[in-house]
Amino acid sequence: MKASRWLPLAAFAVLAVLLAAGVWMSRNPDRDALPSALLNKPAPAFRLPVLHDPSYQVSLADLKGNPFLLNVWGSWCVECRVEHPVLTRFAETKRLRVVGYNWKDEPADALRWLEQFGNPYMVVLSDVEGRTALNWGIYGAPETFLVDAHGIIRWKHVGPLTDAIIQQQLLPQLRRIEAAR
Amino acid sequence: MLPELGQITLILAFLVAALQALLPLLGAQRGIAPLMAIARPAAYMQLLLVALAFAILTHAFVVSDFSVQYVAENSNSLLPVLYRYTAVWGAHEGSLLLWALVLALWTAAVARFSSALPQPVVARVLGVMGIVATGFLAFLIFTSNPFARLLPAAGEGRDLNPLLQDPGLILHPPMLYAGYVGFAVPFAFAIAALLERRIDAQWLRWTRPWTNAAWAFLTLGIAIGSWWAYYELGWGGWWFWDPVENASFMPWLAGAALLHSQAVTEKRGSFGGWTLLLAITAFSLSLLGTFLVRSGVLTSVHAFAADPGRGLFVLIFLGIVIGGSLLLYALRAPDTESNAKPFTAGSRETLLLINNLLLTCACAMVLLGTLYPLLADALELGKISVGPPYFAIMFTVLMAPLVALVPLGPLTRWQRETMSTPLRMLLPWAALALLLGIAAFFLAPQGQWKVAAGVLGAAWVGFGTLRFVWSRLRAPGGRMTREMLGMSMAHVGIAVFLIGALLVEGLNLQRELAVKAGDTVTLGAYSFRFDGIRSVQGPNYVSDYGTVQVLHNDRFDVELHPEKRRYRAGGQVMTESGIARGVFGDAYVAIGESLGNNTWALRVHVKPFVRWIWAGALLMALGAGITATDKRFRSIRKEPA
Repeated sequence: MKASRWLPLAAFAVLAVLLAAGVWMSRNPDRDALPSALLNKPAPAFRLPVLHDPSYQVSLADLKGNPFLLNVWGSWCVECRVEHPVLTRFAETKRLRVVGYNWKDEPADALRWLEQFGNPYMVVLSDVEGRTALNWGIYGAPETFLVDAHGIIRWKHVGPLTDAIIQQQLLPQLRRIEAAR
Repeated sequence: MLPELGQITLILAFLVAALQALLPLLGAQRGIAPLMAIARPAAYMQLLLVALAFAILTHAFVVSDFSVQYVAENSNSLLPVLYRYTAVWGAHEGSLLLWALVLALWTAAVARFSSALPQPVVARVLGVMGIVATGFLAFLIFTSNPFARLLPAAGEGRDLNPLLQDPGLILHPPMLYAGYVGFAVPFAFAIAALLERRIDAQWLRWTRPWTNAAWAFLTLGIAIGSWWAYYELGWGGWWFWDPVENASFMPWLAGAALLHSQAVTEKRGSFGGWTLLLAITAFSLSLLGTFLVRSGVLTSVHAFAADPGRGLFVLIFLGIVIGGSLLLYALRAPDTESNAKPFTAGSRETLLLINNLLLTCACAMVLLGTLYPLLADALELGKISVGPPYFAIMFTVLMAPLVALVPLGPLTRWQRETMSTPLRMLLPWAALALLLGIAAFFLAPQGQWKVAAGVLGAAWVGFGTLRFVWSRLRAPGGRMTREMLGMSMAHVGIAVFLIGALLVEGLNLQRELAVKAGDTVTLGAYSFRFDGIRSVQGPNYVSDYGTVQVLHNDRFDVELHPEKRRYRAGGQVMTESGIARGVFGDAYVAIGESLGNNTWALRVHVKPFVRWIWAGALLMALGAGITATDKRFRSIRKEPA
């Protein structure tokens, strides 16, 4: 019996282990999230240029006063495209200010992406180098933070938002924040 | 009531598929004729049941039954009726049902057209297809039920993804699936051959048209997908090496290798084990592709499957089907090529071996590039995406020698050949191709290397193939069989494709600019006059409807209407590009956002020879289709029962 005949099976076994790892990782979508050290802590201060007009800068202080949703995305991110209609529908309810955080992206690509799919964001911050993102513990897109009126991070989600996540997690959190005021 | 009936029908289909899998295989193993005889009726029954389930789901879409969750998520009362039919396969559950339907169709076709094969072979082939069907139907029923009810019913549906509300997408998935699933036939044959422990040239001849037909469908499916991406996504590109495209391209490459190796095994008896392995590989890649796309592992490393249960099911199914068949291959693959005829280094066998090597390497390269991000994530090396440059370079490196060998293959004799004979025949044509390539290099205004490579490759393959046709027709009593005609056509298709792909890469012009009504932009031999934007109401969208007059060489050519549509149900915005189609080039216009003050962003492209890409693919598909109809494949000597 020739050993070479077992090669295809061996190759498939390696592939299967890889896919099993994929399934295993998907069991816990927050596996790669930072420890929730930031939850219920003040959001890291930042000052970032606005995507549509880089001469204008926005800081955390500018956004305080009312709760807002910070949504991390990039034109290179396929899942952001999946998330986009969900986010658009949510933004249209005007329930909350939705701030875009364009991460590690070419501004021209980002603008074209928004132009093509529509812009759900009140304002889009541009973090080309991804320095500020380190403070937020971002290392995947899409990722979404709920920040309250005092600039405290109250909730975070790794991966694309879905209607179910908005209904079952985001909105209850938001109601809690509003009740506390 | 109807959706519940659909549910029951699916469960019945699952049971029938399970019977079709178990009994005929058992019967073939033990030599029990009545059990083997179950295969055909079970195949027809399964088709009937799956088609009924499909019809019921379609009906739910047509009447907008939003009490069915899948309909509520993928349709809307504003959706035009045509798209209600096609929305059936607009998302996960319906796509799987379409897959199951196509599989049932192929299975029934095998049952119908296999009367020349010995009964145990038919029983085994249909049995193996039954195993695949069982897996798919179980996946549908247990993890992705399209008939699940939504109670209380939704008042309005969420709408079909606007990207999919397009004529191109009506045909793309069915063609693609017809290709994927078609490879189940050579696969099932390979398993049957392994179980029987012999590769019979007659059965192999019988499978060749099936492989050709499946590959033709797959080629069409991929081409339609590429064409759709070109005009619908508004970026002007035609191939993105994105994971979903790669998932369909891998079985295509393996299938192309299989077509060629089957020809060798059938005619010369060589590469028997390799052909079986390729048949298993082509279908395994189809399964892998379908599941990777459907489970979402490729679009995101974050979520292998929205529901880990689905991912696990997929994995177990892949393990059983692929792992099982490769285990069988390891245990039973033919030791010696007993009926293989020897061949020398300069024979057609050698050329086809190189062809197979290159195609398989290209396939492995695409697989590696596609799964590498997952690998990197699993090994905690960080999130990595593999971009088009990797694929483009690797693919060019692997395909260039293949293109160089294409004209030699048909002119080279089986078994032994002094390579000087075909080389002498082709020498003048090689010189002509080289000359044209050099001329193209100096004439091209830009992208010289790409244009020259495209012209050189296309001329070499084109002339070389025509040289083969000519020498066939000129030979005493010379005629072309359909097999030769199909092959020549597919090879000419490669030449046409090369012109399209490389010339558009080299000569493409594009500009993005802000325009007001009345502004004119000139690009190459074209000028574009922007005549402004109107608001137009579509059936389920409102549109910014632009008008652009295109002048070609100062002669009024055509009026284009690029659009930006905003779909009412979901709020998504879609671009509809305006394209002036031409044999020698397209003028392509897409509008961007309003910049205020009646100013609009406008993107204009000139894409020379872009149509040749799909024309080439069409020729390849037609060639494979014509090959599949060769009379020789149908003449199987009836064996005494």
